[in-house]
Amino acid sequence: MADTAGATTEAAETASADPRYQALDATMKRRQYRHDALIEVLHDAQGIFGYLTTDVLTFVGRQLQLPPSHVYGVATFYHFFSLEPPAEHTCEVCLGTACYAKGASALLAEVEREAGIAAGDTTADGKLTLKVSRCPGACGMAPLVVYDEVAAGHETAESTLRRVKGWLG
Amino acid sequence: MAVVTLTINDHLVSAEDHQTLLDAAKAADAPLPTLCQLDGVSDVAACRLCLVEIDGSPKLQPACMTPVAEGLSVRTDTQRLRDYRRMIVELLFAERNHVCAVCVLNGHCELQDLAIEVGIDHVRYEYLHPHVGVDVSHAQFGIDDNRCVLCTRCVRVCEEVEGAATRDVMGRGTNCRIISDLNVPWGQADSCTSCGKCVMACPTGALFTQGATTAEMEKDRSKLSYIVRAREEHQWVR
Ligand code: SF4
Ligand code: SF4
Ligand code: FES
Repeated sequence: MADTAGATTEAAETASADPRYQALDATMKRRQYRHDALIEVLHDAQGIFGYLTTDVLTFVGRQLQLPPSHVYGVATFYHFFSLEPPAEHTCEVCLGTACYAKGASALLAEVEREAGIAAGDTTADGKLTLKVSRCPGACGMAPLVVYDEVAAGHETAESTLRRVKGWLG
Repeated sequence: MAVVTLTINDHLVSAEDHQTLLDAAKAADAPLPTLCQLDGVSDVAACRLCLVEIDGSPKLQPACMTPVAEGLSVRTDTQRLRDYRRMIVELLFAERNHVCAVCVLNGHCELQDLAIEVGIDHVRYEYLHPHVGVDVSHAQFGIDDNRCVLCTRCVRVCEEVEGAATRDVMGRGTNCRIISDLNVPWGQADSCTSCGKCVMACPTGALFTQGATTAEMEKDRSKLSYIVRAREEHQWVR
């Protein structure tokens, strides 16, 4: 690549106006605006903005000189990336082998019923996102539920519903 | 350029060493079914229809991406291969909503031709019947996801021949869709030059010219290979 910046004036203006874009641009610069750094850059972008907005994806595409279709394709391929704003709270039920054997799927069904959403979805009021995971690696605590990034072990349908009900208001 | 000798279905054939098994099979009059392969764009071996057996290897290999080699013994038409090919085409039908009777490409469709070629009279798998849309926001062209087989020929031709890279694939598994730019309606995709190459490249009725009748909607793929050859060999006369 000829000039390291690769920045269009428009993109550079966005960057100078908003500190979050400055931070994002800095992470891209650190990676010399390399095309193959796209996944790491999207990872950082989600850390900075909470989720990937259309503007963020456009900005990343411009700075790394990648077509928008390509950036969107990558952002939607990995479960890690979210194009929707995160809910206030998340409840992540592990369905790995150990948790499954200890009844995690029945527990999940209870939460789905209570919240009125399916795993992977967010309630209409944006209060709760219900997710499933595949073994975060704490099988001794099965069944495991992660509430807002904090793991809780030996959960039951009752204990999970108690937490979730509080959030659903 | 070296010449190698190999065996295809027990017949000795020679091929140039930069060729693929698909080229060699074609020359040896043992044509293979293909879908994702398109002259003039890169190969991805996505559809697996051109799989062949190679003696001494338990794994089937896609002929479109496997280079010829001295002494190879290749089979292109065993019962196992025929079974798989039929299965693959049936799964393609089951994955989306293909209703040939109301399709603009009826009679000129590569998927339809394949189904006939591999002998499909019915589909043994349950149809997924996904709810997918039709995008006719572009002034001239349209895309109907119901008929898309995700061969990515449109993606490759748009990026490699037209240089616009308007198209890509979003999502994964059964949720994969062909998109324009940041998943905007095609008519709003700034990068699209409305060249129509993706429409020419598409094997099915998924990409079509709006207002065209079944009789008009034949896809001229020779135009694509003409453009590519002209560019590579600097020959601009047809
Ligand atoms: S019309 Fe041309 S530029 Fe537009 S999406 Fe199709 S191939 Fe790409
Ligand atoms: S739109 Fe046509 S060319 Fe593009 S992936 Fe679908 S079937 Fe293939
Ligand atoms: S044509 Fe070879 S895998 Fe599709």
